[in-house]
Amino acid sequence: MENIMKLEFLSKSSNESFARVAVSAFVAQLDPTIDQIADIKTAVSEAVTNSIIHGYENGEGVIKIVCKIIEKTVEIEISDTGKGIENIELAKQALYTSKPDLERSGMGFTIMESFMDSLEVESYEDLGTKIIMKKTISNK
Amino acid sequence: MEITMDKENNILIIKLLEDIDHHSCEYIKRRSDYEINKCRPKKVIFDLEKVSFMDSSGIGMILGRYKCIIRNNGRLGLVNVNSNVKRIFEMSGIFKIIDLYQNIDEVIIA
Repeated sequence: MENIMKLEFLSKSSNESFARVAVSAFVAQLDPTIDQIADIKTAVSEAVTNSIIHGYENGEGVIKIVCKIIEKTVEIEISDTGKGIENIELAKQALYTSKPDLERSGMGFTIMESFMDSLEVESYEDLGTKIIMKKTISNK
Repeated sequence: MEITMDKENNILIIKLLEDIDHHSCEYIKRRSDYEINKCRPKKVIFDLEKVSFMDSSGIGMILGRYKCIIRNNGRLGLVNVNSNVKRIFEMSGIFKIIDLYQNIDEVIIA
């Protein structure tokens, strides 16, 4: 099976739940378990929140999601055209946050990495960030 | 959000009724800080029975409240945490400093 879905929305925090629910509804056709859906929802929520808080620093911008299904694998691409990540390795470190004053836990990338099978991060200063995550929905 | 102050036991119970993410955390922080500062309870309990989803924003939100509660020598606990939400808290090691209860009765006895 092959399928594709694209979403574009404003970087408003009220769209965080919309984004994760929309992606999980699309992925539902692979008949995932409740736990697999929870993993995907959480990973999407982390990436979208990063774009809003860090990419656009709570300002206005557009977040794009492209979601592909190839056989039993779902590939989720989440991108923004915000300020980019200065040091990707540092950003991925557990408990590191560039915004401690906002009470961020610094667990976003750690959660994306452990809940999905793979995570790629592409980022360029002042051009934006693209996250590609994949997960294979195996039949239990 | 439903807030109950158990004056007899000096416990403030904050029942959250929606998903915990960056969006809902802003309101949860403001409202719970107001109640905590007003009641100065010995114990603050977040009841997550109605919370089916939480991302890492919840860890930061709970840790932030913890910091303000220990300043008044209080304790912070969580009750009715579902397995998906618990898994996220566990990744952060938060249960080393925050109490986890199975139900409200357990909170009052402890």
